[in-house]
Amino acid sequence: MKKLLKNSGVQSFIASLICIVIGMFVGFLFLLAIEPSGAGEAILAVAKNFFAYSRRATQLKYLGSTLVKTAPLLMCSLSVLFSYKVGLFNIGAAGQYVMGACACLYAAIMLGWGWLPCMILAAVAGGVYGAITGLLKAYANVNEVISGIMLNWIGLYFTNMVLSQAKDASSAYTYPLQNKGPKAILPSLGLTSVFGDNKYVGIAIPLAVIFAILVWVLLEKTKLGYELKATGFNKNAAKYCGMAEKRNVILSLVISGVLAGLAGSFMYQTDMEQWQVTIASVPGMGFNGIAAAFLGGLNPIGAIFSSFFIQHITDGGSNVDLSIYCSQISDLISSLIIYLCGFVAFIKYAMNTGIAKSEEKKAAKAVAEKGGDK
Amino acid sequence: MEQPYAIEMLNITKRFPGIVANDNISLQLKKGEIHALLGENGAGKSTLMSVLFGLYQPEEGIIKKDGKEVKIQNPNDANDLGIGMVHQHFKLVECFTVLDNIILGVEPNKAGFLKKNEARKKVLELSEKYGLAIDPDALIEDITVGMQQRTEILKMLYRDNEILIFDEPTAVLTPQEISELMQIMKNLAAEGKSILFISHKLAEIMEVADRCTVIRKGRYIGTVETAKTSMEELSAMMVGRNVNFHVEKDEEKLGDEVLSIENMTVASKIHKNNAVKNVSLKIRAGEIVCIAGIDGNGQTEFVHGLTGLEPLVSGKITMCGKDITKASIRERSVMGMSHIPEDRHKHGLVLDYTLEDNLVLQRYFEPEFTSKAGFLKRKNIRQYATKLIEQYDVRSGQGPVTIARSMSGGNQQKAIIAREVDRNPELLVAVQPTRGLDVGAIEYIHKQLIAQRDAGKAVLLVSLELDEVMDVPDRILVMYEGEIVGEFDPKKTTQEELGLYMSGAKRNEVAVS
Repeated sequence: MKKLLKNSGVQSFIASLICIVIGMFVGFLFLLAIEPSGAGEAILAVAKNFFAYSRRATQLKYLGSTLVKTAPLLMCSLSVLFSYKVGLFNIGAAGQYVMGACACLYAAIMLGWGWLPCMILAAVAGGVYGAITGLLKAYANVNEVISGIMLNWIGLYFTNMVLSQAKDASSAYTYPLQNKGPKAILPSLGLTSVFGDNKYVGIAIPLAVIFAILVWVLLEKTKLGYELKATGFNKNAAKYCGMAEKRNVILSLVISGVLAGLAGSFMYQTDMEQWQVTIASVPGMGFNGIAAAFLGGLNPIGAIFSSFFIQHITDGGSNVDLSIYCSQISDLISSLIIYLCGFVAFIKYAMNTGIAKSEEKKAAKAVAEKGGDK
Repeated sequence: MEQPYAIEMLNITKRFPGIVANDNISLQLKKGEIHALLGENGAGKSTLMSVLFGLYQPEEGIIKKDGKEVKIQNPNDANDLGIGMVHQHFKLVECFTVLDNIILGVEPNKAGFLKKNEARKKVLELSEKYGLAIDPDALIEDITVGMQQRTEILKMLYRDNEILIFDEPTAVLTPQEISELMQIMKNLAAEGKSILFISHKLAEIMEVADRCTVIRKGRYIGTVETAKTSMEELSAMMVGRNVNFHVEKDEEKLGDEVLSIENMTVASKIHKNNAVKNVSLKIRAGEIVCIAGIDGNGQTEFVHGLTGLEPLVSGKITMCGKDITKASIRERSVMGMSHIPEDRHKHGLVLDYTLEDNLVLQRYFEPEFTSKAGFLKRKNIRQYATKLIEQYDVRSGQGPVTIARSMSGGNQQKAIIAREVDRNPELLVAVQPTRGLDVGAIEYIHKQLIAQRDAGKAVLLVSLELDEVMDVPDRILVMYEGEIVGEFDPKKTTQEELGLYMSGAKRNEVAVS
């Protein structure tokens, strides 16, 4: 039992669960403070999400919707955790995601490309955008958080400008792909029928899981991963043993950017949502990726589950009874939970010191008892 | 009844999660004596002093001042009790004058206006009384390390401290400055101050201390009178076994020239001048050449220039007949240059990596450890690491999968040495390889360096420790302010002579041999 508790993976898992419970509880307190009568029901609605529906087919359909948005979220969280392993905090994932969306939507609607070229273009766009942050970091020592945030805004307005051409004058949204770029919609692989005829379910979901596994393999099994992590842990030591530490910084941000760019593709090439060119804030997908990465214990496989959970409660939030609570409540509750998900590292630390203390007490007690025997 | 002790720490026990840093340690400091506290790194000396200063509260044990029990909750309490300390790394404001630093925190004032004249008078009186030569108006950044230390001592005296603690005070001094300091300590004791002298240098303890308390691995070993003991006995108490102080080695068998440096100049990162100026030297196979000098005289930059961590401003480096002036770090390494870095945590190890991953840090890219497709060959890495761990006796909690951070400093250093030596280099650059290690580990590392030399390799040793400088190398080059100011044969020179060159008092024009 003790040994199990000391295992880092088990610790991450327990810490994540604790965070989730605390997050739910704090959310519940908020609901109580606003309107006690509906609080219990509301928090249940958040937790249940698609389970709230009684028909199995409907459940599956809404599960499908959650999964559709889980795929891009997972890609964003992979982007964040990958660069984090290399010692960089890629808050620019949000911007790289936006650039990916911009590239694939433009190619789909304006150029009429197929789904695969669109997807590759999105990856390239995200990668190039990540490279800018990487180059600035490696050669001008610009903090990647600062340049990431700036580039997020630049990316947002650039995208709004470019995609203004890909829409009807009367609408704020880009053309739905089914009208103006049907070739670019990601193939469904027959998954649609499995999820209660949810036509948005498709290849993005298995692809995202495959990418999670690829990221894990890259980090844990390859020479490149060894170099990148060494650079992240200690860039002086990386330089000392002759690794190209500047190249590694750029390369890791490029890979992060590719992952986030693909997230943009996985989101918008399902045609579930269209880009709103009047939007004045960077979409939260990239930022939620940060929470998902931490909640998943910075492990690519953990990120699969944490991304699903975060999307699950985000969707669940929209089921809160709006006759009692105002419409912002769903975002408030889910963001509270997501916020508390960031405390995984802290809980892990607390667990470790707790274990060490109890062991020490035991040791002291054992010594005292031995003394007594003499 | 005996005379009351100035300070007594009785049966102090301090635990940290996972370890007992001080286990039932007692230390009794008599009035007017110089009492040495001896122990290896990690023995618990710093913890004990932190308890005395109120930085830590002990779980068990009491502290008495003049026979009365006192509670020390924080450093202010310690100060009120007249306890003062000269830290190993001075706590001085660089851009303030000596006088300003001395009165810092206890400035004499009237309605908020400084009354520096009073302070100046008191400082000058103290300086004269104890023979502490200082210039009160000089800026700290302009004065020598020795004078900075005297400033620290005056700081304690100005506060009327009765109990003075010196934490490894000689580490940064030249031999001349050390003997001056010894005299000052004796003067202070003669005037009735009680001195606690923390050190692991046995010769200094034998010279200056009246009594010596030894601790080992957090435990109290004993207190002895230095007049009735010997260095051998003290070291056996400190390490727990007998240690051979003298490094034994055969005559050198010189081979071909391995390294040639011509007019190397390296820029400084701290100031605008060059840190290394026009240095030339040659090293042949089968010899150990030592660069001696006081810390901060360009040794670090010299090594960075040589190993490729920093670019040269000018000059030429040739290794084994090939010009490597422009070669990358990896190219130099593959050509046969091994580097045991000065700072094992900053450069030498990836602390969050496992021991095995650290052991292949210089070789992971070789076909033995990486497949053509770019995958690591974990099995081979484990095998190789296990072999090195056994061969070089690297001890750790969980063997190859131990996280390097959790290993002791000595074993971390052994791991680096295993990694660098096992590559069978043509040139081994070892920078302060024994820094912060205990006597046993030092002995081991010296043996490894000599084994390399005897195997016909060239070794460049950079050291600040005079004992090491005298014992290990075949040739000594003294570096002062970025220049080589003298070349010596260790058999024909003395520590005092080296000291004069290290402090810049003397210099020769050196013919490159």
